[in-house]
Amino acid sequence: MSDSIIKPDLSVKVHNLNLKNPVMTASGTFGYGPEFEDFMDVNLLGGILTKACTSKNRDGNRYPRMAETPMGMLNSVGLQNKGVDYFIQNIYPKIKDYTTEVIVNVSDSTVEGYMEVAEKLLPLEKISGIELNISCPNVKEGGMAFGTSCPMAASVTKAVREVYSKTLIVKLSPNVTNIAEIARAVEDEGADSVSLINTLLGMAIDIEKRKPMLSTITGGLSGPAVKPVALRMVWPVANAVKIPVIGMGGISNASDAIEFLLAGATAIQVGTANFIDPAVCVKIIDGIEDYLIRHKFSSVNDIIGKLNIQ
Amino acid sequence: MKRTIHDFRVYQNDHLSNDYFVLYLDCPEKMPEILPGQFVQALVEHSPATYLRRPFSVYHVDEQLNRMALMIKVAGIGTAALMKLSAGDTLNLIYPLGNSFEMPEGDHALLIGGGVGIAPMYMLAKRLHDLGKKVDVLIGGRTSKDIIEPNLYREFGNVHITTDDGSLGEKGMVTQHSLFSGENLPFSKIYACGPDPMMRAVSNLAKSKGIDCEVSLENLMACGIGACLCCIVETNEGNKTSCVEGPVFNTRDLKAWQ
Repeated sequence: MSDSIIKPDLSVKVHNLNLKNPVMTASGTFGYGPEFEDFMDVNLLGGILTKACTSKNRDGNRYPRMAETPMGMLNSVGLQNKGVDYFIQNIYPKIKDYTTEVIVNVSDSTVEGYMEVAEKLLPLEKISGIELNISCPNVKEGGMAFGTSCPMAASVTKAVREVYSKTLIVKLSPNVTNIAEIARAVEDEGADSVSLINTLLGMAIDIEKRKPMLSTITGGLSGPAVKPVALRMVWPVANAVKIPVIGMGGISNASDAIEFLLAGATAIQVGTANFIDPAVCVKIIDGIEDYLIRHKFSSVNDIIGKLNIQ
Repeated sequence: MKRTIHDFRVYQNDHLSNDYFVLYLDCPEKMPEILPGQFVQALVEHSPATYLRRPFSVYHVDEQLNRMALMIKVAGIGTAALMKLSAGDTLNLIYPLGNSFEMPEGDHALLIGGGVGIAPMYMLAKRLHDLGKKVDVLIGGRTSKDIIEPNLYREFGNVHITTDDGSLGEKGMVTQHSLFSGENLPFSKIYACGPDPMMRAVSNLAKSKGIDCEVSLENLMACGIGACLCCIVETNEGNKTSCVEGPVFNTRDLKAWQ
């Protein structure tokens, strides 16, 4: 008998996306990729979800846009970005040769805006999918408004599906009563995958100044503090839909990632943890591989949804 | 300039008072060049409730010995945890981050630090002195306890002090110092770092005297590397990040400061 270790297969498939491993970066926490090239080989990732892209330039919300809370943070960036045309002309050329999957996070205030961005991104060869952000809690119009009711989520998914033929992921808001219903509604309208959770609405107060910590008063909570909530949302959604689920929310290490995979996520996204360790994703990929070797699984697919509830 | 992550070893932690301390750090590997005004993002360990790194200006650098020092004021539970570090402990840093102070065109610069805002001025004073510029350093604080290691700057130029309560130096705010009493000031450039109201007052004073002014902002940030877009500042060219495009800005570019 040989003691040589056969490396487990880490690759997963999310609709037409062939990910070399299940570890992706969450939108808004990784820029577009180049921001992290000093710290890691971004091509080791399963995929990169870009900063949100809207039809027009957006300045975002006023400072202050963040507040640290126990084991997490609130943010209210508000989709600051220079718009889809700028993305295509100035950012796409810098990332088009990546060998990892690049998925653009798409947001806007109107259904027409979402459609415009999707249509403009469709011809870009490197971009094999988009993530429809119907769950941003930090903009007055659009964003989460689309993601908190089944009819609204269905209508924006349907409209974008009609103009976008590549992989369409819909990013869900946790700020709802029944997230599995929303997941089913977007699945019915042709979504190829759902990703969850976006940030949880939260708030923090500076008691000395008797003022909110964020310019927008409320913001989105992320980081390890939200992980148990995220996991308990991924679990019912994975049981409710047939399309692949991408799990996220407070993942900081390989153990966290494996929890989401066991709960039924085909892939995971790492968000706020990128701020603490810009190379954390590589460590998570290695940690998943070590786990598979330790438990003698030949493929990461062998653990997806394999939570034992007996 | 390539940014990197290193585990530094604490070889000394000088508690200067109940609030202020200086961490002296050894780098096990060759440090990249660090410019005056640049900062680090420090990982706070042994503090279960904090998650994000903490940004600090670089205070001193010794390139030969591969060492740096950070001057820190306790502001919350993260900095309180760092104050407890002792020789032999590890401190993980992402660095060098941000832009740096621009060297002045003229030959006489005034460096103003308020409280812990003096931290980035040591490297700047040294660099200006090495370039043959004349340097004046003005340090302000609420009381004498906020005036940290003023004598260090004497090798580079004159040191002036103000305190709100008059316990050291002239009584009043930095902008009320007698340095500014004359009509024509000798400075071709003013650099400032400290509390926001202080920097705005310095900026207004510089503007009224027709002197170029740069400030180092302390905006709240999460990542420090241009990814989260939390630390933005409104400039005449739109929002800029203080972590990558700052922390040093010329005050003529700051939209809300005009």
